[in-house]
Amino acid sequence: MRPFELTAPETVDAALASPGTFLAGGTTLVDLMKLDVLTPERVLDINTLPLQGIDTTDGLRIGALERMSDVAAHPGTYPVISRALLLSASQQLRNMASIGGNLMQRTRCGYFRDVSVPCNRREPGSGCPALTGANRMHAVLGTSESCVATHASDLAVALVALDARVRLVGSDGERTVALADFYRMPADTPEVETDLRQGELISEVLVPRLDWASRSTYVKVRDRQSYEFALCSAAVALDVQDSRIVDARVAAGGVATVPWRLPSVEQALRGAPPTQETFEAAAALATEGARPLSGNGFKAPLLRRTIIRALREVTEEDRA
Amino acid sequence: MDISLQINGKSERLSVEPGVTLLDALRERLDVTGPKKGCDRGQCGACTVHVGGRPVLACLTLAATVREPVTTVEGLASGDDLHPVQQAFVDQDALQCGFCTSGQIMSAVAAVEQDVPDVREFMSGNLCRCSAYPNIVAAVDQVRGADASV
Ligand SMILES: Cc1cc2nc3c(=O)[nH]c(=O)nc-3n(C[C@H](O)[C@H](O)[C@H](O)COP(=O)(O)OP(=O)(O)OC[C@H]3O[C@@H](n4cnc5c(N)ncnc54)[C@H](O)[C@@H]3O)c2cc1C
Ligand code: SF4
Ligand code: FES
Ligand code: FES
Repeated sequence: MRPFELTAPETVDAALASPGTFLAGGTTLVDLMKLDVLTPERVLDINTLPLQGIDTTDGLRIGALERMSDVAAHPGTYPVISRALLLSASQQLRNMASIGGNLMQRTRCGYFRDVSVPCNRREPGSGCPALTGANRMHAVLGTSESCVATHASDLAVALVALDARVRLVGSDGERTVALADFYRMPADTPEVETDLRQGELISEVLVPRLDWASRSTYVKVRDRQSYEFALCSAAVALDVQDSRIVDARVAAGGVATVPWRLPSVEQALRGAPPTQETFEAAAALATEGARPLSGNGFKAPLLRRTIIRALREVTEEDRA
Repeated sequence: MDISLQINGKSERLSVEPGVTLLDALRERLDVTGPKKGCDRGQCGACTVHVGGRPVLACLTLAATVREPVTTVEGLASGDDLHPVQQAFVDQDALQCGFCTSGQIMSAVAAVEQDVPDVREFMSGNLCRCSAYPNIVAAVDQVRGADASV
């Protein structure tokens, strides 16, 4: 690890006033600093800032420094959120990792993590070895000629399905942004991953109230049963009344460069009965425009099946 | 920078570079070598210690950011009396080479404290190259009073 300066600002204002890279749980930052992928000269330990708290009075408000394990265990959290969290990383990492850091985690693309090879995301213009190399884990949706890396957060997929917003604080004030707009597809600037401006801090995550999201789930398919990133995942919430799907939320992970909302799938579910035929027809729309690489052609059919499995899971009673 | 740590009930003061991890501070500076360095990348669990009573990975924790008391495997026993989880690891023969064992025990203590529904899932962040997994699960079940054969 390169030498750096470490300070712990005591107030949000002090954190915003001092240039540097924020450190929360460190499970992404310290890892990437050891690999020389990130080489900040100044690191700001933000763990004592008052960005805590989980509030469920109207929807859900989660302070950016809340830990993954505490949010997962909170009784007011929607099932899709707690499942996405409990299927992430390991219990030790969930005790360390913050919600803000989770949303800002970097891709697990092996080339990105290896400074001895080119990577457009790490070093703009240097090239993308994944286009022709080991790309089994990479994305099939939202890709470009410059980058095909997946976004690795499970939580972000669940939050995008629920129309979550992030509150951002900077030295010139606050703003809130829909999480779906916060993430940037790579296009020809893969190094620009989010809408976060220099020096801005995520202060909290806001999930609008959605009572029927009590019927929701997160299905994650991976190479081993636990402690692994997604090959493919689906976040689903359904509103079913009188054997009709009134409303639906569907988003996918592990297959796209950003957490991937699927409005066409949702549209196909609305008004239909919760049957296998409905699910198959809707899931077929999920992979429209998918662009498989040499090693990940399996991801398109896997995505369709993962969505069907998630839809079946939340409608078991209706179909019984 | 000058930092102070509470390690197994004892106050320690030391001067470290900001990049020194809790794992290196424990092993290289304080001679607390129970926590092991398996991967140094957050991927194996061999370095698991408790900070503020919760299992974390010492290899991804910067020593200078630790504000709560640290417990390592050295802090579990009282004198010659092993912690029940340590005793269960002996009884169930839950180790072979032993490299992963201190991390396994720190996670297993939390599994017992939290009475987790699925031990294998909860313990998945602790890899064992010798594949002592069935006996590790049996050790946790022994402490929880469950049928060790499940
Ligand atoms: C072995 C391993 C397995 C994993 N498996 C999974 C998995 O299955 N699913 C999954 O979703 N994740 C997984 N992760 C990733 C993990 O969830 C993230 O590393 C973690 O959530 C990051 O949070 P943190 O608080 O540790 O962030 P840090 O490492 O402290 O910070 C990460 C980045 O976010 C920035 N940042 C932190 N907080 C803020 C804030 N409030 N505002 C603005 N910027 C901020 C930092 O500057 C840094 O750039 C895994 C990680 C490891 C090491
Ligand atoms: S896929 Fe993206 S992150 Fe991976 S090597 Fe290519 S440019 Fe880099
Ligand atoms: S040494 Fe820390 S997880 Fe492997
Ligand atoms: S006992 Fe050898 S690694 Fe677990």
